[in-house]
Amino acid sequence: MLNNLSLQQAKQLLRQKKATSLELTRFYLERIKKLEPKISAFITVCEKEAQDQAKKADELLSQGDKKPLLGIPISVKDNFNTIGIQTTASSKVLESYIPPYDATVVASLKRAGAVIVGKTNMDAWAHGSSTETSDFGPTKNPWNIKTLPGGSSGGSAASVAADEVVASIGSETAGSIRQPAAWCGVVGLKPTYGRVSRYGVVAMGSSLDSPGPITKTVEDSAMILNILAGKDKFDATTSPNIVEDYSKNLNKNISGLKIGISSKYFKKCESEVEKKVEQALKVFEELGAKIQEIKLFDPQYAIAVYTIIQRAEVSSNLARYDGIRYGNGRSKFGEEAKRRIMLGTYALSAGYYDQYYNKAQKVRTLIIEDFKKAFKQVDVIVGPTSPSTALPLGASKGHPMFGEMADILVEPSSIAGLPGINVPCGFSREDLPVGMQIIGPQFSESIILNVANQFEKNTDFHKVKPKL
Amino acid sequence: MKYTPVIGLEVHVELYTKSKMFCSCSADYFGKKPNTHTCPVCLGLPGALPVPNKKAIEWCIAIGLALNCQIPTFSKFDRKNYFYPDLPKGYQISQYDQPFCVNGNITLSNGKKIRITRAHMEEDTAKLTHAEVNAKNVSLIDFNRSGVPLVEIVTEPDFENAVEVVEYLKLLQQTVRYLGVSEADMEKGDMRLEPNISLKRPGENGLPGYKVEVKNINSFKFVEKAINFELERQKELLEKGETPKQETRGWNEQKQATLSQRSKEEAHDYRYFPEPDIPLFTISREDVTKTKKSLPELPQAKLARFKKQYSLTSYDAEILTREKQTADFFDEAVKIGNAHNIIPKQIANIIINKKTDLEKTLPAELIRTIKAQTSRVTIDQSDLEKIVGEVIKENKNIVAAYKAGKTNAIQVLIGIVMQKTKGQANANDVKSLLENQLR
Ligand SMILES: [Zn+2]
Repeated sequence: MLNNLSLQQAKQLLRQKKATSLELTRFYLERIKKLEPKISAFITVCEKEAQDQAKKADELLSQGDKKPLLGIPISVKDNFNTIGIQTTASSKVLESYIPPYDATVVASLKRAGAVIVGKTNMDAWAHGSSTETSDFGPTKNPWNIKTLPGGSSGGSAASVAADEVVASIGSETAGSIRQPAAWCGVVGLKPTYGRVSRYGVVAMGSSLDSPGPITKTVEDSAMILNILAGKDKFDATTSPNIVEDYSKNLNKNISGLKIGISSKYFKKCESEVEKKVEQALKVFEELGAKIQEIKLFDPQYAIAVYTIIQRAEVSSNLARYDGIRYGNGRSKFGEEAKRRIMLGTYALSAGYYDQYYNKAQKVRTLIIEDFKKAFKQVDVIVGPTSPSTALPLGASKGHPMFGEMADILVEPSSIAGLPGINVPCGFSREDLPVGMQIIGPQFSESIILNVANQFEKNTDFHKVKPKL
Repeated sequence: MKYTPVIGLEVHVELYTKSKMFCSCSADYFGKKPNTHTCPVCLGLPGALPVPNKKAIEWCIAIGLALNCQIPTFSKFDRKNYFYPDLPKGYQISQYDQPFCVNGNITLSNGKKIRITRAHMEEDTAKLTHAEVNAKNVSLIDFNRSGVPLVEIVTEPDFENAVEVVEYLKLLQQTVRYLGVSEADMEKGDMRLEPNISLKRPGENGLPGYKVEVKNINSFKFVEKAINFELERQKELLEKGETPKQETRGWNEQKQATLSQRSKEEAHDYRYFPEPDIPLFTISREDVTKTKKSLPELPQAKLARFKKQYSLTSYDAEILTREKQTADFFDEAVKIGNAHNIIPKQIANIIINKKTDLEKTLPAELIRTIKAQTSRVTIDQSDLEKIVGEVIKENKNIVAAYKAGKTNAIQVLIGIVMQKTKGQANANDVKSLLENQLR
């Protein structure tokens, strides 16, 4: 009865008193115990804390409390600070770091009554798209444990796909939510930059980082965004724009909706991926949407821009781990972090700044303009999320640009700060999930969630679960 | 050979805002228990983000306006990347190419204009103490100061000697005190300065090819000593045909000398880039106008007004305007004194001779005291006439000025008479006697 519950279903179960939060929490803790040797989605499982939170939730539930996530077991990526619970960002540098404060996202989840069952694995410092660069070992894809879950929020996506939790929170700099969601066959929403607070998220690319939900359904995604979105007095880059009720507009008719596609995005893909996304477009057409080809920059420019800006910000953001605090020195940095620190430091150096960082910022502005132009013609842009399905374990080794290639189709929208959502849209011959992304203009979360939900309602891909 | 000193100044002023620059911790760190005014932001913990203090920015702009700066519409913060144990993030949030204030100036008493390049905002660092703990030499870090707002004011190399520098510094200190944004106490470290000093050879065009930055100067006394020492040191080198090294030197009070700290080769590349955690600022012209209007009368303007309006000597006016509180008190006392035939000079004398504790006295009380004194002891009319006659004889210049039409000059004469009679005369009587005799 407790298997494969969506957030919506779990919520009903608890409200109707068919299960208690403690039962639900223990069910997941058991499942984690059983599956973790195979999947390794978690770095820390908070067995005691989770049960304590569940007990408290049950008390409140019995009093009729209506907190939106009351008693729901979820996982959180390990780059979100959690008070009193080890937060490593999957790096040995922070191996023994216990934060004295909660990230705003974590505080919001707690306030909504969520039960945090654990912290999920990721690429160290979120540098990667495989979760293979974690200093604590890779996470495996629940659909085929010989393949990668994607990353950097690979642990979060895998924990949801393996039904180790009801939902999870990830963070995306460029692809880190959408790409693992695609490879693990779940829903991943990257909100507009500034829609969800970054306060308390171990910084990667500060001008890009966007926390967001990874869930089993689109409806769940909207429900969690309702809790996370909004201005935060601790993050000066959060937007004062009004937070909509994202659950409200999920069932709007999309007849007449203009969907843009760029052949440049499809050409980069494996033919199987291309085919599945094209079939998905037919679903939209049947629902009355109009598909039209639009002109967009080749995503390769976004890669160049992203590589410079993100490395520059990383080199500065990681400077604080200088060996004086946090217990471990710089020798604990992994290969990828060192590579990024060096590249970023170089790009910001006197004499190179104009050539690299400054130029990248200028091209970034052009990419933003490019999307603005596109959104004058269409309502949303649809395309494949990743050029491939999950690659085998070890695929990222020795490929410093692995992430950039795996994320080529999500980097342009990240660079532009746009919201995007991945929804499962089919399976490959090897039974690996294929993901489709829907991108909208800034702060159009309501629109892309509705489009995604219309697709989900008219397809069954989200109902197929990995055999574990 | 005659060398011309070329001196520029960088001054850091710590603002007395309630909270720090980027978090809500108290900025009042002086003498507090170490590491009690801290939070994730000023400790630079993973994930913490800076949120700029609006008041601090407003005050920075007020300082800029007081220094006749322009306030650009667009401004931003940047990261200045460097390693030091007192800098927990590995970078300092500062301003690089778009500071809040640019192109100002200040005029010295000799009429010389000192150009102010810029005034920008940044955050202070933590404080290192080197101590012995359990028989081990250790460095301790106190983060109470980390993130306290600083305004850095940079001048063009327009100074030619230490006297000019000290006058500028005193004026700057007085100005920020008038604005009420800092105590600018050098001993406490509220105001820190780094002069850069070089010498220009006779006939040399442009700036000298080197400059020496001097640090560790924490009192007005040291400023003069350090600059003069450095000028002498560089002169000796130049006379030997050598060019002084471009370097950073520190003032050593014990040795009464500047000592080399860091040479050009070790100079930092700070890898500035725009701070992504803080959005750009658009400073509206309305806000600038509002801040400008809210500025108090500034020290130089007040000094000029006191001399003119109250016919005070430069000496008196300077003392009375040194601190805003004294000046305000004086203004108020004069206003009340007017109705009681008490002239500004009488009030000035009492304040300057510190005959009264301004903190415990109200201006009206002071006037009452003066009145009581003057009415109690009165001087003999013939004695007064004699003194008036003497004063007229002894102050020919003032008399001449009066006769030439500067009627205000009579106030000066009244003042002198009042002083000679030790305040026992009635100012109005003195005035009519003077007018009679001068007719
Ligand atoms: Zn603080």
